[in-house]
Amino acid sequence: MSEMRELLELTALELGAAVKKGDVSAEEATRTALEAMEEREGALNCFITRTGEQALERAKSLQARVKEAKSPLYGVPMAFKDNICTRGVKTSCASRILGDFTPPYQATAAERMEAAGCICLGKLNMDEFAMGSTTETSFYGPTRNPWDTKRVPGGSSGGAAAAVAGRECWYALGSDTGGSIRQPASYCGVTGIKPTYGRVSRYGLVAYASSLDQIGPLARSAADCAAVLDVLMGKDPRDSTSLDVPAGGLLASLTGDVRGLKIGLPTGCFGQGLDSQVHRAVLQAADVLKSRGAQLIEFDFPVMEYVVPAYYIIAAAEASSNLSRFDGVKYGWRAEGYEDLADLYCRTRTQGFGTEVKRRILLGTFVLSSGYYDAYYKKALQAKGVIKRAFDEAFRHCDVLLTPVSPTTAPRLGESLSDPLQMYLSDIDTVSVNLAGLPGLSMPCGVDGAGLPIGCQLIGPPLGEAVLLNAAHAFQLETDWHKRSPYGKEAF
Amino acid sequence: MTWETVIGLETHVELATRTKIFCACTTAFGGEPNTHCCPVCMGMPGTLPVVNRKVVEYACRAGLALNCTITRRNRFDRKNYFYPDLPKAYQISQLYLPIARDGHVEIETEGGKDTIRIHELHMEEDAGKLVHDPWTDQTRCDYNRCGVPLIEIVTEPDFRTAEQVIAYLEQLKSTLEYLGVSDCKMQEGSLRCDVNLSVRPAGSRELGTRTEMKNLNSFKAITRAIQYEARRQIELLEEGKRVVQETRRWDDNKDATFSMRSKEDAQDYRYFPEPDLPPLELSEAYLEELRAKQPEMAGARKERYQREYGLPEYDAGLITGQKALVDFFEAAVDLGAPAREVSNWMLGEMMRRLKEEGLEPRQMKLTADNLASLIQMVEEGVINRNTAAKVFRAVFPDNADVRDYVHKHGLEQVQDMSLVKRTVEEVLAEHPDAVADFRQGSQKILGFLIGQTMARLKGKADPRAVSQEVRQQLEG
Repeated sequence: MSEMRELLELTALELGAAVKKGDVSAEEATRTALEAMEEREGALNCFITRTGEQALERAKSLQARVKEAKSPLYGVPMAFKDNICTRGVKTSCASRILGDFTPPYQATAAERMEAAGCICLGKLNMDEFAMGSTTETSFYGPTRNPWDTKRVPGGSSGGAAAAVAGRECWYALGSDTGGSIRQPASYCGVTGIKPTYGRVSRYGLVAYASSLDQIGPLARSAADCAAVLDVLMGKDPRDSTSLDVPAGGLLASLTGDVRGLKIGLPTGCFGQGLDSQVHRAVLQAADVLKSRGAQLIEFDFPVMEYVVPAYYIIAAAEASSNLSRFDGVKYGWRAEGYEDLADLYCRTRTQGFGTEVKRRILLGTFVLSSGYYDAYYKKALQAKGVIKRAFDEAFRHCDVLLTPVSPTTAPRLGESLSDPLQMYLSDIDTVSVNLAGLPGLSMPCGVDGAGLPIGCQLIGPPLGEAVLLNAAHAFQLETDWHKRSPYGKEAF
Repeated sequence: MTWETVIGLETHVELATRTKIFCACTTAFGGEPNTHCCPVCMGMPGTLPVVNRKVVEYACRAGLALNCTITRRNRFDRKNYFYPDLPKAYQISQLYLPIARDGHVEIETEGGKDTIRIHELHMEEDAGKLVHDPWTDQTRCDYNRCGVPLIEIVTEPDFRTAEQVIAYLEQLKSTLEYLGVSDCKMQEGSLRCDVNLSVRPAGSRELGTRTEMKNLNSFKAITRAIQYEARRQIELLEEGKRVVQETRRWDDNKDATFSMRSKEDAQDYRYFPEPDLPPLELSEAYLEELRAKQPEMAGARKERYQREYGLPEYDAGLITGQKALVDFFEAAVDLGAPAREVSNWMLGEMMRRLKEEGLEPRQMKLTADNLASLIQMVEEGVINRNTAAKVFRAVFPDNADVRDYVHKHGLEQVQDMSLVKRTVEEVLAEHPDAVADFRQGSQKILGFLIGQTMARLKGKADPRAVSQEVRQQLEG
């Protein structure tokens, strides 16, 4: 048993190295993960779909070719958030309306991971269509936080964060539209990064808000994230918004040297509403980097008040359009007993979508309506421009910015949904990064009095993934927060 | 009171690209339902559009030919509405920054020359097709047409008559055919036209309430619909009633328009910029390259035909009016046939035959090299003109080789002058009365005698030679 525990506590890179060396086979690793899933899924509910048998088959065939392994992640079991299309495997977006949808095509991200030798264990739970911050809006029931199963894992990539933290897989791919990788990573004590908009192809990612969505990894360390991004990043001819810039080499570039790195602390992100324990832990993280030679610069960031409204208008507007295709006509779920076409649409969408999704579709439809477009959508786009310029300005004198990820640690189940507005407001530190299209990273930097993980966010300039990952790597060389397991020391 | 009709047009033209606007599926017309589609044009979740550069090129070239300003940084927008033929529930179109704006087209009708201003030209994707099966009472979706590239060309309300509308459409069709960007087949729906029409008291500067007419599938339907709708609106106003702003459907069988939906039912399309496609940046160098590639258009070509080939203005206008005729004409001339002859054959026999068979020039089987051979045979005196006309009619349907045909049917002109001489002698001997009439001064009888000779030679003699011989023998 303890051998199994030890294996599960490895980072993805450590496991990849062990597979390559022959210390452990891909099949053993897969079997171990499946056993962990068997044991823990009842409590955590990280997965919507499990593909154990296919995973074992895949592990066998990968093991047979292990000599040809090129990627350091070869043979490492992982899982995809359920909004990333996987050929032949149900992709539900945690919604009733796509409950029986099996795509005949593969997302580019999944294709690239597969080419690197990943083993897919299944599809991870999430907030329905990635709308939510708790994974409670899933049609398939909430995922629970491995650190305290009465608490949420965050969202929307809650299944991904909980599966990585709960040692059911070594890393996962999530998506981040307004913090959906970083916030659950923070609540679950794992490392996650949302790359610069356009760095990773969105082809095959079921869109929530097209101009903000990005796929990224959740893993046990910054180095693991770098290895995954080395596989994922790069121009994809199937995604016109993907960037044609040099990619790769992130893992190789991790030196841990942050001497002279100018770290900006936007005062606006450390104000009202911020939990004092979170506040303290995040500032301590800054001090750790300072102790390794970084320079801290406090500065005023005056645009925070526009961030949440601009985000919810733009995201809801795009979502209202993106989700229109789920109409019961072509695929997915269709309501019964309809009278005519309008009734088919109405019943299918009323019954097929959950409350939060419908709330955002209504909001988005409203802000795009004739007569309101200028007042809301156009204004939100202007605000987006203002926010982007404020970041540009900040990066003229800073190399990275350091902020909290979320004002608090993980709330209890049911606590957030009662007050959606409060839930939206708690996204304040993450959504600005999506609006500006910047890379943002979340790393564990402490625990609160209840032993719940606290996350620290690093924000970089466009294409600044290497700087972010290196700063996080430096922090992780100095601390062991990222190594802590919800199963405690007895795990070893 | 006299009334003035004011008309504006919205024309949808299917572009003749090989593949669709946002994916690599074929644009071929027809095909078994749902065989020309893929996850992208079916709008499956997670798929993304990628702009076909050829579509941008064709739209630019159309814009340039219509004297538009090309929007150097243009962008796609989403037009949102629910309908089963629209799999994403939005159409990717252009509203805020269309690819081309502010153009104009010169037209000519019996009423004179006019300039029609083009408001804008934008790119968009076509929707699928719903097929109702009356037997099962089910509606089925065919997504083959989804994502076929379209340009929509919107004019200002510059038309006053149906003739102007038709002249504009013919001009537009010809221009697009010259460019090779569309085949403009109305019957296959690759050119579709919506007519916006209002009436106002003559001399008034304010526009009346307009209606939009759809389902106009031929020039004839457009003409009749305009006449009907103008009359309907005038009658309403003269009765003191109001014209309702609405969309009306033209019914070809009933020869009338019927209300489809009023302005109050009009959908709110909630347009917004398409986030999946970055703005299109067109460089000046790119546009310059396209300008250099633009072919000689109808107007310039017409003038050149008059100048270079000495064609009458009317004839040059007819030929340059259709790209298929231009291609045929130039191919024949390139083979060495005299331009005037080619033009005469085309505008005479060929147009007659096309009309009789109800064919468009491009559907014709007859080839330019075959006509060139026919003309050459007349020039060489192998056959005479009358025979040539008969041969033309005979080979027209299947493009049978004219030389083979003439040979097989023994239609070569009689070259043997002694035979002509002998035949004339026989005819004169058999018609002493006619000969007597001639001698008494009747010139008319000459034609009769020539005709008799030609008939006896089965029409294969050179009529000039026969005429000369008859005169000679009568006067000799």
